[in-house]
Amino acid sequence: MSSIKIRAKEKGGVVTVKCLISHPMETGFRKDKKTGKPIPAHFIQEVVAESGGKVRMTAYWSGAISKNPYLSFKFKGGKKGDTVKIAWKDNKGQSDSAEAKIS
Amino acid sequence: MQRRIFLKGGLAAGAAGVAAGLLPQAVLAAWSKEAFESKDMKGALKALFGSDAATPGQIKIKAPDIAENGAVVPVTVSTDLEGVEAMAIFATKNNFPLTSEYALGEGALPFVSTRIKMGKTADVVAVVKAGGKLYSAKKAVKVTIGGCGG
Repeated sequence: MSSIKIRAKEKGGVVTVKCLISHPMETGFRKDKKTGKPIPAHFIQEVVAESGGKVRMTAYWSGAISKNPYLSFKFKGGKKGDTVKIAWKDNKGQSDSAEAKIS
Repeated sequence: MQRRIFLKGGLAAGAAGVAAGLLPQAVLAAWSKEAFESKDMKGALKALFGSDAATPGQIKIKAPDIAENGAVVPVTVSTDLEGVEAMAIFATKNNFPLTSEYALGEGALPFVSTRIKMGKTADVVAVVKAGGKLYSAKKAVKVTIGGCGG
């Protein structure tokens, strides 16, 4: 299953995209409560959103974005039925992507 | 004659506009370690935008006055400014104040909504780059339980 849930809606020529990503978003500052050892940083650094063959939004994140991050943005120039693709990459080199149709 | 001058001026301005349009892309093309690991906002701004001279601007920040849980603070930033190229969200008292940065692509409206972590009570500062200039606004958020550290 994809780590990304996307909802994209067009209204009055403006597409509103909302997405939720499953990711631990560890800052690297936290310590394991049992062992006292620091938990290594593990967070998404880059989220790229494309639609209609164009990059609409690129987000650069730090560990200060909440666990299971939420992102919403808006763009003009999309229509119902178009695809929105969202892809992320984290600091460990892991990545994922997902697509949704604009409704 | 006047028309000629006008045309020349227009061309020069056009070329400058193209150059200005391309530059931020180059600056924002990658995750900036320097900006994200800067311990103060000024350093992060310099690394990110090449300047820390932000003037107060018409930027709306939607965030709670009191965040019960600093690990999840919803923040929405939007503006009526024209020609917005990038937006950044800071939590001033975090170890690394820069939480996130957004490069607007084609057709993108200057609106972004996300959830950030805040270590303690602090200002949420939004910096918007529009037309090559930096604008900022802030909102105080009281945090009752910190979201950084264990």
